[in-house]
Amino acid sequence: MIKGKTWKFADNVDTDQIIPARYLNTSDPAELAKHVMEDADETFPSKVKAGDIIVGGENFGCGSSREHAPIAIKAAGVQAVIAKSFARIFYRNAINIGLPILESKGAAENINEGDEVEIELASGSIKNLKSAQTFKAAAFPEFMQELIKAGGLINYVKKKLSK
Amino acid sequence: MTITQKILAAHAGKKSVSPGELINCKVDIVLGNDITTPPAIKAFENIGVTKVFNRNRIILVPDHFTPAKDMKSANQVKMMKEFAKKYKIANFYEVGCMGIEHALLPEEALTLPGDLIIGADSHTCTYGAMGAFATGVGSTDMAAAMATGEVWLKVPEQIRFELNGKLGRWTEAKDIILYIIGRIGVDGARYKTMEFCGEGVKNLSVEGRLTIANMAIEAGAKNGIFAPDNKVKSYLKNIKNPKRNISKANYTLESDRDARYEQIIAINVNEIEPQVSFPPLPSNAKPVSQAKDVKIDQAVIGSCTNGRIEDLRVAAKILKGKKAQSNVRLIILPATRATVKQAVKEGLVDIFIDAGAIVSTPTCGPCLGGHMGILGEGEKAIATTNRNFIGRMGHPKSEVYLSNVAVAAASAVLGRIGSPEEL
Repeated sequence: MIKGKTWKFADNVDTDQIIPARYLNTSDPAELAKHVMEDADETFPSKVKAGDIIVGGENFGCGSSREHAPIAIKAAGVQAVIAKSFARIFYRNAINIGLPILESKGAAENINEGDEVEIELASGSIKNLKSAQTFKAAAFPEFMQELIKAGGLINYVKKKLSK
Repeated sequence: MTITQKILAAHAGKKSVSPGELINCKVDIVLGNDITTPPAIKAFENIGVTKVFNRNRIILVPDHFTPAKDMKSANQVKMMKEFAKKYKIANFYEVGCMGIEHALLPEEALTLPGDLIIGADSHTCTYGAMGAFATGVGSTDMAAAMATGEVWLKVPEQIRFELNGKLGRWTEAKDIILYIIGRIGVDGARYKTMEFCGEGVKNLSVEGRLTIANMAIEAGAKNGIFAPDNKVKSYLKNIKNPKRNISKANYTLESDRDARYEQIIAINVNEIEPQVSFPPLPSNAKPVSQAKDVKIDQAVIGSCTNGRIEDLRVAAKILKGKKAQSNVRLIILPATRATVKQAVKEGLVDIFIDAGAIVSTPTCGPCLGGHMGILGEGEKAIATTNRNFIGRMGHPKSEVYLSNVAVAAASAVLGRIGSPEEL
């Protein structure tokens, strides 16, 4: 069970906003976390606290394939990202590195910034503790559940190769 | 099935595939650059295998921050170089033989019709112009594919774009794709295939198709694709030292008559005016006539979208005997070493320098706000690149306007966004 305070973002937050290219001369997670979401909200790196949850709009994470984007979010201590929809490369990358993501239009529309939210990852249930509304995220296909259960793609491949 | 589905099925060892299905595919090419490869190397070593799946099918191109813009960037390239040496990677491109990856690979005959290509760079979709299935992934997917030679993919829904007619004067392939993204939006093809066909495609050069497929990702697409034809065949035939056996490629691929599409969109190419995409999204495309009030500080001609020799020829046509406004920085970045050589040979570089431009070493550079032309606060640029996101070329309060080559060159001369007709 995940519980945390939310930060809201608009539609089409691209990976350049999540982690601008001027910081991509390193892939050190702690370094990247210092600049997370900086070009969407320059005060975000100083505001975000471990355990918080990001709520995005449509097409979250569009643009560049930089895995540094979900890495920066995860390393900043963000526990999960909820969005109306995700861009496909960001979606893959998040699953591959083990950043929990949930696609739910209803949740993204009915959570306000600062609301506390409770998420049950296994069932995809999202509860807004402020309004007491509950939402259900789109379920992951079976194969992706296996990936998530293994702890990301690398662990999954390791397991597969050792068989 | 469509071309995309045929390639996916062939690489998954299946007779057929349908949209939504999750499949495991063999890859022909795995690509990485100086930003995405370092994390992939760490992930690869974490897997613990002692060799890569095929040393000839991994391509490492340091192009984003090269020649290294600072010490940290230099260390990223060094890490790639050492990895390439350790695992005997056949295709590592150091400065001197490199180019912007998506301009370089087709030139080297590394991407062939019928291939399944993944690259840790979102613009990997460019190779769809060669009749390949090509899609961008992240560093972890790159690492797993380097170890196993495989990738998991969801079979995408298909959208077919039927292009009719011929481009008008000063209109380029770039305008077709900006116009399409303007029509369907930055998520209009999210998770889907954009297949381009029709008379309008036959009229396009391979370079023009590369420009169109390159920007499929800007509509959220998984891949963009064209059926390989005689133009692709002769493009590959003209390559002096092909890195792969071009005669083995599948030049006969095409979508079946009864292939199923989620959507079919017809476009009359001759009705498209040169387009300008206003910040901060590529989908904010308007005819250039509606952009004439925008004064510019910089014009950038280059990138994996528009840095090929054909693009430089268009720029030279506009700039010959003219001068860029003295308050506009005109930066021209030929995309590959071969492009630089050809541009020098044809006298294009002379024309550029006489026009007050400066010609750069091949690099992605300013396109992603790396180096070689970063914008300061409040500055505006017109660019032949592919993204105009917030802060993409520098300061978060700078602005990027996307256009074709002719419009970017003309705008440099005018000092504001404008069309070549105004010169």
